[in-house]
Amino acid sequence: MNNVLGVINLSINQPLLHELTYSRATATVPFGGRYRLIDFVLSNMVNSGINNVAVLAHNSYRSIIDHLGSGKEWDLDRKHRGLFILPPNNSHAPGFNGDLQNFYGSLEYFDRSNEQYVVVSSSHMICNIDYTDAIENHRRTKADITVIYKEVDEDSEDFANLITLDLADDGRVVRMTENQQTKRSNKVYMRMIIIEKELLMDLVKKSVNQNYYDLVRHVIIRNLNTLKVYSYEYKGYLAIINSVQNYYKYSRELLNPDVWKSLFYQPGLIYTKIKDEPPARYANSAIVTNSQVANGCIIEGTVENSILFRGVRIGKGAVVRNSILMQKCVIEEDSTLDHVILDKEVYVTRGNKLAGEETSPTVFTKKSII
Amino acid sequence: MQKQECVAMLLAGGEGKRLSHLTTKLAKPAVPFGGKYRIIDFTLSNCSNSGIHTVGVLTQYQPMVLNSYIGIGSSWDLDRKHGGVTVLPPFMEQTGGSWYKGTAHAIYQNIHYLEQYDPEYVLVISGDHVYKMNYALMLEQHKETKADATIAVIEVPIQEASRFGIMDVDKDDRITQFEEKPKQPKNNLASMGIYIFTWDVLKKKLIDDAQDPMSSNDFGKDIIPSMLDSDNPIYAYRFEGYWKDVGTVESLWEAHMDLLLEDPPFTLHDPKWRIYAKNPNKPPHHIASTGKVTGSLVNEGCMVFGKVDHSVLFYGVHVGKGSIIKDSVIMPYAQIGDNVTIHKAIIGSGTVIQDGASVGSPDESAEITLIGENMVISSQLILE
Repeated sequence: MNNVLGVINLSINQPLLHELTYSRATATVPFGGRYRLIDFVLSNMVNSGINNVAVLAHNSYRSIIDHLGSGKEWDLDRKHRGLFILPPNNSHAPGFNGDLQNFYGSLEYFDRSNEQYVVVSSSHMICNIDYTDAIENHRRTKADITVIYKEVDEDSEDFANLITLDLADDGRVVRMTENQQTKRSNKVYMRMIIIEKELLMDLVKKSVNQNYYDLVRHVIIRNLNTLKVYSYEYKGYLAIINSVQNYYKYSRELLNPDVWKSLFYQPGLIYTKIKDEPPARYANSAIVTNSQVANGCIIEGTVENSILFRGVRIGKGAVVRNSILMQKCVIEEDSTLDHVILDKEVYVTRGNKLAGEETSPTVFTKKSII
Repeated sequence: MQKQECVAMLLAGGEGKRLSHLTTKLAKPAVPFGGKYRIIDFTLSNCSNSGIHTVGVLTQYQPMVLNSYIGIGSSWDLDRKHGGVTVLPPFMEQTGGSWYKGTAHAIYQNIHYLEQYDPEYVLVISGDHVYKMNYALMLEQHKETKADATIAVIEVPIQEASRFGIMDVDKDDRITQFEEKPKQPKNNLASMGIYIFTWDVLKKKLIDDAQDPMSSNDFGKDIIPSMLDSDNPIYAYRFEGYWKDVGTVESLWEAHMDLLLEDPPFTLHDPKWRIYAKNPNKPPHHIASTGKVTGSLVNEGCMVFGKVDHSVLFYGVHVGKGSIIKDSVIMPYAQIGDNVTIHKAIIGSGTVIQDGASVGSPDESAEITLIGENMVISSQLILE
C-alpha cells in the first residue's frame, strides 16, 4: 500500500458535541477509555499499510499536535513519508468557506507525494476497517470516486447531520442526501472516499477556482452524473460521534463484549498515545460490574455500567453508574454519579450527587471542581 | 562518541534456575512482573529516571525475548543519538572468545564498549530486582566521598543476613570488610548488587582479575575483596525502601502479593517515578456484569466474567464465567475458561486453563502452584 496516501480531513466539526469540543478539536475528543477519535482512523490507515498520512488540521489543532507528536505510536515516524500535520493555510482566501480550502492550501503536499491513490476520511466515524479491500474494489470497478458507507439500523439511528446514499444495482451512487427528513435510505456515508490523487487535485483546483469549497457537495454530489462514483459497503461496527447523545450512546455500547472485541481487535489494533500508567488497582471495597476500566485507575467504591479513562480515582463509598469519566477524574468518598459525562480532570468533592438522564447525560467540562 | 560521565552496565544474563518453568525460554530479567512489566523494566526505568541514558545490557542466557523486548530502548526513552541502550552479548574475536564467565568478566569483555564513552564512572546493576532507586543520588555520594567504589546496601533482618553479601563499615560508612553469605553475620548491611566504580580504578582491577586463573571473575567474590585488600576506598550507600529479589517462585509470588496490600510498601502508582514498559496497545479491560474484582491489579485488554480476588492479571487475560481466582498471578494472554478455580498459583503466559479445571488449593498453607508458559490444563488434571 505504498501507493496510497491517507488524508484525515478535520475541517468538519461536530457542533453538537458541545462542551466536549470547547477546548479541543472534534478529532481529539476522548473515546473508549484511552483513545481519541482520531486514533481510530489513523490506526485503520496504518493497519491497512498506508504509511504516508496527512492530517488536515483546522481549528484547536494544538490538541492534535500534542496528541500525535511525531506519529511514533502509530509507527509513522518515518524517514520518508510518515505523518504530516498540515494546519490551514489562510493566505489564499479570507475567512473559512469549506474543507476544500484546506485541501487547496495543502496542494503542495499532494504534489510532492508519489502515491497514486488517496483515502480521505474524517475522524468522527469510529470503526475498524481494512482499506485494502476497499481500494481493491475501487480498482476493480474502475471508479473515479469510491464512497464508503454502512447500512445502519434505521430505528436506532438519528439521521440528522448524516448523509445517506441511494445506489444503483451495480453499486453506483445515484444520489446523496443530507439530513434526510423522510426515510429514503439507511446507507450512511462514512465520510471516507477513495480517489486518484491527480483527479482529487484537479477537482480541488477547479472547485476552489469557482468558489466551491465543500468536498461532499462540490466534489462528489456535483459530479455524480459526470464521474463514476461507486460505493463500498463497510460491514463492521460503526459508531457515529456527532452529538453528545450519540457520544454517550456509543460509549456505552462498548460495554458489550462483542462490540469491544470487534472495534478494538478486528481486523487491526487501535493505537494511541502511551501514558505508562500501571495496571488498575481494585481495593477490597471495590464493586465493579459491567464496566470498562483503563490503566492507572484506583477504585475503592462502586462502578456500574460505566467507562473509566486512565488515572481515574473512585473513593470509598462513592457510586458511579451509567457514566463516562475521562482521564484523571477524581471522585471523593460518598459521592454519587448517575448518567453523567465528566471531561478530563474533573474533581468531585466528597458527598456530592450528580445526575443526568438516560436521554440527556449531564456533561461537566474539563477541570471543573464540584 | 560523545563523552558520558556515567555509563550503566546492566547484567541481564542470569538464568534464574529457581524460577523453574518460568525461565525455560526466558532470561530471568525478562520474566513478567506486576501485571504489566518485565523484571528488567525496574532497573531500566531507574536508569532513565536517574538521568543515566547510556546503558549496556549484558545478555547471555536465552536472550531472544530480551533482545526484542529492549529493541532500541524507546520504551524507556533510551533511544538516544548519544549513548542510549546497547545489548552486549558474548562474542568471538580473532584470538578466540568465550561466554561471560562471571559478572566481572562480562564487564571486562566490554571494556571497549565503555571506553568509547570515556566515562568517569561506571554503574553496575542487575536486572533481577524490583525496586525504585535514584542512582544519581548514589553517584553524588560517590563523588563526595571520592570513593573508588560505592556499594548500595540495605538493612535486612539479622536472621536473614547470612543469605546476602554483608558489609562491615566504619563510622563514616567506609566499608572495612565484605563477606559473601557469612555463617555468623556481624551486622545486617546487605549488598544490593548495585555498584558505582571510578572507571580508571575498575579498569585496572578488571584487567588484573582477568589474568588471574584462580579468580571466579565475580564482583562480590573477587573484585570487591581485592579492592579492600589494596585499601581502595569503598563506601556504603544506604538505601531505604522496597527492594526485592524475585529470583524464586516464592519470592516472585510474594512480591506480587506485596503490591496488593492495602497500603503497599511498593507502589506502581507513582507519577514522579514511572516504571516504563513496552506497551502492548490493548483497550481498557472489561469487567462483565457477572464479574467481580477485589483487592487486585488488572491490566488493559483483560475480560473478566468471573471472580478475581487478591490477584494480579497481566494484559490480555480472559477469565470465564463462574471462575474464581484467588491469591494468584495470571501472566499475559492466559485464557481461563468457565468454572475454573485457581488458588495461590502463578499461571504462565499464554497458558489455557480449560473449563472446570482446578489449580492450587484454597488451604492457606498450601505451596504455590506454578504452571509454565503456553500449557493446556484440562479439567481432568487436578493440580495442587
